[in-house]
Amino acid sequence: MFSNARLNERIAFTFLRVATGIVVAFVFVILYYIISNGYSVISLEFLTDMPRNRMTEGGIYPAIVGTVYLIIGSMAVALPLGILAAIYLTEYAKPGRLTWSIEMAINNLAGTPSVVFGLFGLALFARYFGFGPSILAASLTLGLLILPIIIRASQEALLTVPKEYREASLALGVTKWETIRRVVLPSAIPGMVTGAILSIGRVAGETAPILLTGAAYFLPRLPDSVFSQFMALPYHLYVLATTGTNIAQTRPLQYGTALVLLMIVLSMNIIAIAIRSHYRKKMRR
Amino acid sequence: MSGRKIKEKGIEYLLSLAGILAVLALLLLCIFLFRDGVMLFEKYPIVSFLTETKWYPTATPVHFGLLPLLLGSLIVTTGAIIFSVPLGIAAAIYISEIATPRVAEVLKPTAEILAGIPSVVYGFFGLVVLVPYIQRALDLQTGQTALTGAIMLGIMALPTIISVSEDAISSVPKSIKEGALAMGSTQWQTIYKITVPAALSGISAAVMLGIGRAIGETMTVMMVTGNSAVIPGFPSGLFEPVRTMTATIALEMGEVPMGSDHYHALFAVGSVLFITTFIVNIIASYIKQRYRFHL
Amino acid sequence: MPDNYDDSIEIKVENLDLWYGDNQALYDVSIDIPKNSVTALIGPSGCGKSTFLRCLNRMNDLVKSCRIQGQVHIDGQNIYSKDIDVVGLRKRVGMVFQKPNPFPMSIKDNIAYGPRIHGAPKKDIDTIVEEALRSGALWDEVHERIGMPALDLSGGQQQRLCIARTLAVRPEVLLFDEPCSALDPISTAKIEDLILQLKKNYTIVIVTHNMQQAARISDYTGFFLTGKLVEFDRTEQIFESPKEKATEDYITGRFG
Repeated sequence: MFSNARLNERIAFTFLRVATGIVVAFVFVILYYIISNGYSVISLEFLTDMPRNRMTEGGIYPAIVGTVYLIIGSMAVALPLGILAAIYLTEYAKPGRLTWSIEMAINNLAGTPSVVFGLFGLALFARYFGFGPSILAASLTLGLLILPIIIRASQEALLTVPKEYREASLALGVTKWETIRRVVLPSAIPGMVTGAILSIGRVAGETAPILLTGAAYFLPRLPDSVFSQFMALPYHLYVLATTGTNIAQTRPLQYGTALVLLMIVLSMNIIAIAIRSHYRKKMRR
Repeated sequence: MSGRKIKEKGIEYLLSLAGILAVLALLLLCIFLFRDGVMLFEKYPIVSFLTETKWYPTATPVHFGLLPLLLGSLIVTTGAIIFSVPLGIAAAIYISEIATPRVAEVLKPTAEILAGIPSVVYGFFGLVVLVPYIQRALDLQTGQTALTGAIMLGIMALPTIISVSEDAISSVPKSIKEGALAMGSTQWQTIYKITVPAALSGISAAVMLGIGRAIGETMTVMMVTGNSAVIPGFPSGLFEPVRTMTATIALEMGEVPMGSDHYHALFAVGSVLFITTFIVNIIASYIKQRYRFHL
Repeated sequence: MPDNYDDSIEIKVENLDLWYGDNQALYDVSIDIPKNSVTALIGPSGCGKSTFLRCLNRMNDLVKSCRIQGQVHIDGQNIYSKDIDVVGLRKRVGMVFQKPNPFPMSIKDNIAYGPRIHGAPKKDIDTIVEEALRSGALWDEVHERIGMPALDLSGGQQQRLCIARTLAVRPEVLLFDEPCSALDPISTAKIEDLILQLKKNYTIVIVTHNMQQAARISDYTGFFLTGKLVEFDRTEQIFESPKEKATEDYITGRFG
């Protein structure tokens, strides 16, 4: 009986270990495959050249530029809005219908598929507001898409600020807003930055929403206003890999683009994780 | 004095506006999605939309039958869940209950990397690696099948399932586990008789969130499932190309004239997709609320 | 009640009741606290003494379910009347907490935090900081390194920093909520000395679970039990010949 239980435990633990190993293997296989095939493609020319010869040669410069524009645009929308909403929810909101609605809205926005955001951006920003397929429409769409991420991360950051700081400041006859501004926010900033960086990674990688709101198959020049269409890394990769003029011939370009995209997204994740663990250690001290 | 009070009230009011904007965004999303979706039914009966078995948006006469797309989403999602749930839960148990803290500290961010990889990169990987492999291994006409999509989506759903289940499992109070161990249970008996049942609602929430993620995923399935809009058989459909709701929207939206029937049909599909994930999310957050321990 | 007071009354509390949701935490508390004295509030944990203290600068307002009935007058003004400015009140009634809670800033910025927000001119800040640190008996130990993080100080130093930070706002009343419970005996002695010095200029109310401390530093002592103020009198009176049986039992350590 006893040894039977021991044997069962052994079998079960082996299964758990193998399962975890498989998960880890997925990570490394995918990373390895993209990196090993892509690294020889990447060069300064690849990063700074326009695509040439119907996108079978040349670089990915306009796609990088487009992605950077999208990051800036969507952060400009989501960051202030998300932080303010998070301050309201953690510091001011009292349980009630309004708070419940806001919480529910955030949860559902967070769970809404990105292609649905694309449809929404197309209908509201591109058509109804008349922005057309453009950087502006895509940035606003992506901004709404990452709003829940930024709100949640900022809320979490605010909640880790010790209650004692707030009490100490209030007891000195300082108003609630001044307390938040001078004591709470400075302590919460690392956490908020983490959330912002993670959402940069998300913006850089999203394809479906921009496909519906202004990403271009190919553009001969860089966008010159917020109302221009644009190229972007993820959509460029999709185009090269599925509908390009010569899919097999452009394989190296595809690996290179995938690697650049992966590097942007992963470095954002790594920076975010590093900031988080750095400040966690500091808080413990 | 009252000047300061007015300023404080004003700030609170402004901050609340930012929150209200989130509600407004969701409302606008519903309005604009459903408005364009409902316009389809002025020309094309809703019953046909829901029951027709053909999606021929450019044929004459047109057929906007949702079923092949809905079932396409369903078969791919089901496959993904069957594949990723056992794997994800097992990894979550390993990370929170068996691995040493140091190993867990490495495993957690490693699994998080999966969440960071963009879906188009998954799609690309699936296209160049998994599609040819499946074709060869199973000797199929094409490797772009529901199964391929299911495997890729399963991998993508893993980080959600792992991190939410891991949260639930490690929130089971230590005292409960110690009680079981003190009665002479092995660690494994404690895990599967005590800890996992205690965390079950949290784990179910994880599964629901994983389902939500899989249904809504677009680029990956679009690149690896072959996108043919036929009603899939089960299980034979796993080895044939399918087309999901998400892929249909992304593939066809670029080519439709704005405001056409086809345009509205895609919004109708989007509405169905939104309602589906909305329900899945509500269930997930309802389950999640119930699992907190009050000790 | 004591027969007569040497000083005029700073804090006058009348028939104070307090509820957290449905649980009543204070019952009909009335007390007169004289100016420039140290009043200690003692009693077993959960007796309501800290809750009472937090009524005096309205920190209980932060607890959502908290409801209050009765009157609290400080310097002749009802602090629970509608037109009172709570923020201004807290400026006049400073509070030092159980656990030292310096902000994650430099020593100097901690002290200057209040004055800066209350609009002290920039040129005065250095003087204010020095004055406050001197009054907090911390100047000699830290004056060479007031730019360093306050969290690097020892626990006792941190607590004196918090006292100095409170003094920098120039309150009239100082509330101490078990200020030494997290400190070692030497740091405790320093804080007690400091409190004795401060009473020249401030009215002090201190909650403590340490009866010896109450006996050492206070002029008046109030004994709380299950939300009621059982007895309030001169400290000698309370410790030498308490009028109530419950007080005597507590003082002599018969329950606790």
